[in-house]
Amino acid sequence: MRYIPVEPPPFFRRGPSPLARLVFFGLISIVLLFVDTRYRYLEGLRMVAATILYPFQRAAQLPGEALASVGDYFTSLRALSEDNAKLTRQAAEHAAAAQAFASTQQENVRLRALLDARTRYASAAKAVEVLYTGRDPFAQKLFVDKGADADIQPGEAVIDADGVVGQVTRVYPNMAEVTLVTDKDHAVPVKVERSGVRSVLYGAGAGRAPELRFMAPSADIQVGDVLVTSGLDGTYPPGLAVARVATLERETGQIFARIACAPIAGVDRSEHLLVLGQGAAAFPRPEEPALSDTTKKAGKGKRRGSP
Amino acid sequence: MIALSNIAHLSTAGPEEILRPVRPWFIAVTLGVALAANLLPLSGVALALRPDFIALVLLYWCIQEPRYVGVGVAWGVGLLMDVGDATLFGQHALAYALLAYAAEYFRRRVLRFSLWQQAAQVAVLLGLCAGLVLLVRYVGGAPLPRWTYAVPPLAGALLWPVLTVALQWAQRPQRSSAEL
Repeated sequence: MRYIPVEPPPFFRRGPSPLARLVFFGLISIVLLFVDTRYRYLEGLRMVAATILYPFQRAAQLPGEALASVGDYFTSLRALSEDNAKLTRQAAEHAAAAQAFASTQQENVRLRALLDARTRYASAAKAVEVLYTGRDPFAQKLFVDKGADADIQPGEAVIDADGVVGQVTRVYPNMAEVTLVTDKDHAVPVKVERSGVRSVLYGAGAGRAPELRFMAPSADIQVGDVLVTSGLDGTYPPGLAVARVATLERETGQIFARIACAPIAGVDRSEHLLVLGQGAAAFPRPEEPALSDTTKKAGKGKRRGSP
Repeated sequence: MIALSNIAHLSTAGPEEILRPVRPWFIAVTLGVALAANLLPLSGVALALRPDFIALVLLYWCIQEPRYVGVGVAWGVGLLMDVGDATLFGQHALAYALLAYAAEYFRRRVLRFSLWQQAAQVAVLLGLCAGLVLLVRYVGGAPLPRWTYAVPPLAGALLWPVLTVALQWAQRPQRSSAEL
């Protein structure tokens, strides 16, 4: 068999060989991966790339929007009137609750003033629409159509009509990335609405139910209990519904109960979401023990979003 | 109408057809369309089935036109995709760079096969690409995905013959039927 030289003759040369390029770019990628995992220095580069990418994202939206508008056009009169009747009925139902809420809130403000407690500020909420869900099968994220232009900040809570959906983790000029409560690296401080037991709800990744960890088997929790945000983290305002306890296993050999939950909000369905601005609800963090630690965390704190 | 029958039978340009040279802007446009297709707002089954269009188009151009599209271009597009998916920086870039290198390595052999046989080899390459991403994320501490993770590379391989014929359409000689 004749040996065919891999290297082209000099007059066909086109720069370094593919293997050399692969090694070069591969090393850069590995450095980038490492830097992006450990530190958050690359947000500037991400912004630049996001700006380049924006026209493509808008282009990807167009077919869906066109289909939706065609669908809207052909919505039957009957469906519209049914919808209208339903919404009117809901508005009437909500009106009573809203009126009661206003008086209760005033009462609450007066009582809090009497107790000299911190006031909870009602902050502006921004309505956003889901642009697309992340393709990454390892993370539970989605993208919404407003970002720095609508004054959305990293760390703000995102809810839908039923409950908590997630938290804003990155803000781009025209859109924002929301990490869902089902993401593996996401945790929400919650309490059981019925009994007031506090815990933290940990996401478990795609297709797995979020769970409450490190709960004693004797904890006062039942299947069907509603978990609401406790507000202790200063990120989520207190009292928002998060999940419902789906299964509960108390095994005698185990130190902790195994508690799986199902999100109440349409985490993977909702298209219209609400970003809750951060009021002054956040309590100041306790002083860090060592000075060097605080300077280190200053960069990282950006992502958490709580001051 | 040789070209039309080729579409019907999903075959590449035969040896009697000399493809016209590709224009660089056409490559850029196809990559742009693939980028937009990757960012389509899908969910549910469509999302699970959606192949990685960028990997497919990159693979096609790396095999057909290695002078224009190689490891460097693939890496750059991968960085954009990392931002679009909000994944770790360098994850897609690394995978696409490896894909481009593999294409460069295999291209002379792949082109000798029929389209469906090519598709089988493309499935292996796309699977390699997905496997590398899985490895990177697993080392980074992510949980193992479900079995549906293996579906997009296979869907991409099934699209390969259609994609090849569609992208070659612009390069087919115009009046081949009159001369033959």
